[in-house]
Amino acid sequence: MELIRLTPLDLAIAAALILALAALSWQLHLGVGKRLLVSAARSLVQLTLLGLLLKLIFAQSDPWFIGAMLLLMSLIAAREIRARQARPFRGLWGYGIGGGTMFVSALALVLLATRVIIQVDPWFTPQYLIPLFGMLLGNTMSGIAIALDGLSRSAWRQRPVIEQRLLLGESWQQAIGDIRQEALRSGLIPIINQMSVAGLVTLPGMMTGQILAGSPPLEAAKYQILILLLVAAGVGFGTMGAIWIASRRLFDERQRLRLDRLRSR
Amino acid sequence: MSLQLRGFHIPLLSPLDLTVADGWLVTLFGPSGAGKSLMLRAIADLDPHQGECLVDGILQSSLPPPRWRRLVGLLPAEPQWWYDRVGDHFPAGGRQFLEPLGLPPECLEWEVSRLSSGERQRLGLARLLENEPRVLLLDEATANLDRHNTGRVEQLIRQQARQRGLAVLWVSHDPEQRQRLSGRSLRIHQGRVERATWS
Repeated sequence: MELIRLTPLDLAIAAALILALAALSWQLHLGVGKRLLVSAARSLVQLTLLGLLLKLIFAQSDPWFIGAMLLLMSLIAAREIRARQARPFRGLWGYGIGGGTMFVSALALVLLATRVIIQVDPWFTPQYLIPLFGMLLGNTMSGIAIALDGLSRSAWRQRPVIEQRLLLGESWQQAIGDIRQEALRSGLIPIINQMSVAGLVTLPGMMTGQILAGSPPLEAAKYQILILLLVAAGVGFGTMGAIWIASRRLFDERQRLRLDRLRSR
Repeated sequence: MSLQLRGFHIPLLSPLDLTVADGWLVTLFGPSGAGKSLMLRAIADLDPHQGECLVDGILQSSLPPPRWRRLVGLLPAEPQWWYDRVGDHFPAGGRQFLEPLGLPPECLEWEVSRLSSGERQRLGLARLLENEPRVLLLDEATANLDRHNTGRVEQLIRQQARQRGLAVLWVSHDPEQRQRLSGRSLRIHQGRVERATWS
């Protein structure tokens, strides 16, 4: 099947819809119009640049250059995780906990995918490595951001309960156990939902893209399954790691709740 | 059992040396915001602080925090509840101290959301005593209680202090209550803890 090329006019029609949505939001005083426009403009610019950039990157064969790309993507995602939290940790911890666990989790899984599963040769072939890493990174970032936000908000709100439990002789793990579980659940629910309705309610984005670009549907499905499973594992391990480190960081060596380590609003 | 503070220091107050011996009941008062509750929190190791705190000669820093907090039981002004059912907050059953506090045994089946503030306070004390603390830190333990129930709480604490040799430090705003409870009271005045009466 021949790829049907999109013209700028085609994209302009889709963009007009976002403009209409923003106008409606402004009319109804919903207060999301500006954010909608900014994020739509961001995605337009970012994806166009990415398209141009990837063309250059895919021509690269230097593993160090590709490694630097992965690192750059991770740094941007780490910043994004912190920005999405109402009460991030102060200082470098605010970037480090979410960013570090996300990077380790996404990198481990992308290496597994390219070296063991797909067995790309060489394993750092950018056509495979960069999109796979991006997909893992993006989803893991969302899961971690939601979970960390939930953890810090709940700890802040439920301070009296946590401290009461400490006072009765519970350990820090027991005192924050329920909150930690809830935060973890909220981070994992989007990917769980995504997996359970994939193919029934939604046609996942990557598969849609591949089919539109002319791949045989069954091949597209196999890749989509691989991606979904990898993404779920990445989100799961990343979020668990982030929540464990963050909840430990909420207490000091004498197991006192240290909300002063979070940034206040 | 005795509680000893040596050069004990929290941000609002100057360093403090204090001994509350076995069976002693010492009351503490002072204006709002003077640091009474903060002092109790620091003794329970809930806030960072400086100086030494010992129970029976055992240093706070030498015990794991959960063990220390069981040893020095702090009853906050508003005890907190997190399960739906009252009884779920009592790992050891919860019946031991209900009667002396005027609470029926079936209250363990009650829903927490339906408790009055006075019931929360008395149940909070029952839950704390079940932990068998060696020191009791009470932050306005009868603030939400009528005269009758206040009497019950005072009697139970006095009895526990006498029989089990507890050292009790009790924050109370009520001068009559302080007089009823003890001849030893401390006052926080201009950032210092002073002896108001000590007989």
